[in-house]
Amino acid sequence: MNYFPDEVLEHIFDFVTSQRDRNSVSQVCKPWYKIESSSRQKVFVGNCYAISPERVIERFPGLKSITLKGKPHFADFNLVPPDWGGFVYPWIEAFARNNLGLEELKLKRMIISDECLELISRSFANFKSLVLVSCEGFSTDGLAAIASNCSFLRELDLQENDVEDHRGHWLSCFPDTCTSLVSLNFACLKGDVNLAALERLVARSPNLRSLRLNHAVPLDILQKILMRAPHLVDLGVGSYVHDPDSETYNKLVTALQKCKSVRSLSGFLEAAPQCLSAFHLICPNLTSLNLSYAPGIHGTELRKLIRHCRKLQRLWILDCIGDEGLEVVASTCKDLQEIRVFPSDPFVGNAAVTEVGLVALSSGCPKLHSILYFCQQMTNAALITVAKNRPNFTRFRLCILDPTKPDAVTNQPLDEGFGAIVHSCKGLRRLSMSGRLTDKVFLYIGMYAEQLEMISIAFAGDTDKGMQYLLNGCKKLRKLEIRDCPFGNAALLMDVGKYETMRSLWMSSCNVTLGGCKSLAKKMPMLNVEIINETDQMDISADDRQKAEKMFLYRTLAGRRKDAPEFVWTL
Amino acid sequence: MSPPLLGVVEEEGQSNVTLLASPASAESVCLNGLELKERNYMGLSDCSSVDSSAVSAASDERKTSLNLKATELRLGLPGSQSPERNPELSLLSSAQFDEKPFFPLHPSNDGHYSTQKNVVSGNKRGFSDAMDEFSESKFMSNSEVNAMLSPRPSSNMGLKPGMLENLGVQQAKVKEIVAPKAGQERSHAANETRPPHNSSANNSSAPAPKAQVVGWPPIKSFRKNSLATTSKNTEEVDGKAGPGALFIKVSMDGQYGSHGAPGREMLSESKLKDLLHGSEYVLTYEDKDGDWMLVGDVPW
Repeated sequence: MNYFPDEVLEHIFDFVTSQRDRNSVSQVCKPWYKIESSSRQKVFVGNCYAISPERVIERFPGLKSITLKGKPHFADFNLVPPDWGGFVYPWIEAFARNNLGLEELKLKRMIISDECLELISRSFANFKSLVLVSCEGFSTDGLAAIASNCSFLRELDLQENDVEDHRGHWLSCFPDTCTSLVSLNFACLKGDVNLAALERLVARSPNLRSLRLNHAVPLDILQKILMRAPHLVDLGVGSYVHDPDSETYNKLVTALQKCKSVRSLSGFLEAAPQCLSAFHLICPNLTSLNLSYAPGIHGTELRKLIRHCRKLQRLWILDCIGDEGLEVVASTCKDLQEIRVFPSDPFVGNAAVTEVGLVALSSGCPKLHSILYFCQQMTNAALITVAKNRPNFTRFRLCILDPTKPDAVTNQPLDEGFGAIVHSCKGLRRLSMSGRLTDKVFLYIGMYAEQLEMISIAFAGDTDKGMQYLLNGCKKLRKLEIRDCPFGNAALLMDVGKYETMRSLWMSSCNVTLGGCKSLAKKMPMLNVEIINETDQMDISADDRQKAEKMFLYRTLAGRRKDAPEFVWTL
Repeated sequence: MSPPLLGVVEEEGQSNVTLLASPASAESVCLNGLELKERNYMGLSDCSSVDSSAVSAASDERKTSLNLKATELRLGLPGSQSPERNPELSLLSSAQFDEKPFFPLHPSNDGHYSTQKNVVSGNKRGFSDAMDEFSESKFMSNSEVNAMLSPRPSSNMGLKPGMLENLGVQQAKVKEIVAPKAGQERSHAANETRPPHNSSANNSSAPAPKAQVVGWPPIKSFRKNSLATTSKNTEEVDGKAGPGALFIKVSMDGQYGSHGAPGREMLSESKLKDLLHGSEYVLTYEDKDGDWMLVGDVPW
């Protein structure tokens, strides 16, 4: 084997950017391991409890950028109690203590406090990027600390967080010397912002390319901001509550005419449709459009807008677009790769789209590979057609609002339809199913879904066999989440070694018992098997035959976690 | 592998039984009724044993019998267990009021009860125990009530009368399912959380309405909350809000406040009364029948 000096290897490894590839590189031999580990700057930790911060720092002393994920995915749907965990503080504290030159932090479903934000702002001189997705535990005071102290901040991106808004002037905390902002997204903030400070900030940020405003930014301010930032690539419009008087509207049109670089549009948080036609100007260049927070925009307006969006690659919308609207999408957006159709009325349970829209999309959009679709009903025939049209799906998530609804025409379970999807879409990595489903669909999945990494199941299956087919068949399975399915201990314990090859397993409202979970925990010391116990009656010495209402297990090198609240038992 | 036909029928248990008893007729139903012949993935063809029209007829009956029961006002008790925030609680009322357009978006609106017929039927795989344990405390939407502070009780505030009825009937249907299991009215009505087991629901008159299930549909709470707020605000500005009226959502279990009201604090009856104390306004609410009630009339 040729000898290369370390520097050469390191230089070569610089070109290897994906974490998976770098993981492979590090497994080739010890020298490669050493070099790769010492030079890796970007680390992804899919489960913050799978490893301790100290170990990460030890292995990757050159760490500059880290992504951490906390709570299980089903926490998004209120299935996990609020204090379950996912605290980032220990990580930040460890990084600070070890003088890591942290520059980028991305968190998903974690709890981050104001103290933690302040610690970040004071500990890392080169801190550049903070991205928080579905996080909580902080307020605008924490944001003020970041704004005040991070002199070289480039990115502050807040996506769908639950932020306590003290209506303070955090925006004014960006010092006049801060001119480095490239991306600012505060669309999820509920409170007012200092509009004058916002304008000034935009004015002194020549590199600003992405700006997403919250509902408190009205149309006339938007227009002024656009005049100052014509190079924006990504725009999130705030509020459109009032009909603009004609002067404001004309100014908006003028401003938009100058924004030739906008490729991504979102927001319209409180929208009156009359203003939309101004945006028809920028539609022809749009590659990404997110109107899923704009219930005020109805079907006809949506369709008008979409007809101008020939270059769209990503579309997030509400189902009020209707099947008819999806047909417009299918005929207009030939470059479409990803679409998400959300229900505008999830509670009453009427979705305005059906299998018709789905089939239209599959037939009209040749590059479509990722879909999240909330709909009123589905049929096997439609799914089979979709599978034939679109074998390139990598992510397929279907949610029928009535979770156990069978084929709307034949009343059969949807086994055949989903079977067709997994059989045809050989690159499928993520799947969510709903509707009436028996063990058979799991047989198909086990047989055909060779690349499947993540699957979400609800109200499906008949016997333990369902889950067994899945665990047996899907070799690349990493995340499995199951709720309200009749799978019990036999399925859970069938292949305990499998769970070490996976990131995590969630089972709630199934048939697994406390005893089954204990048995699993005993056999697999490298797993944390956690039971979330929300009723008072159960205690850990309870009858092992009692059902474990919520179980979450994950592989870990860190042992049982020390921050588990009392309602979480690690077996 | 046993034919899926049998599997389906065992679960549904209701109107399909007769069809299955005569397989010959089932076959003929299949051939005549279906335009598309479904083939399973193994290349064998399955025929639907169920004529969907038969099922719809049954559910229509259920629908009429249910409407008669829509009389109760159900609210969550302050004491009901709810360890997590439940924005859905108030979202149900607000989303329904604000999201649903005056005219249905699509024809199935009126018939939506019948499309919901099969919710329960899918569910039976013998894990009623799991269902029983389904945490009652998490139920969302106990407050089918929008509390409104208003000097003039008759102002409409953008509420669409049809929706209130829908809401009322819907809740009543859910209750209908729950009552036989519970034995008695549980005033926090928290257990309309899941589609009950088919066999325990009374098959003869058992309605199969959609029950609100915790965490379903799987939409981020953030998204649900935002939709509710933004659509409400859009409506108010459209001029439907009456003059001098303040719209506050009251949730008995959650901590949801709207526009102008403290975001995180729980709005309780006493707090609202304090707010109003000495002012010319009276605390009233509109129950799900559309009747205006003075707070204090009904013990919460």
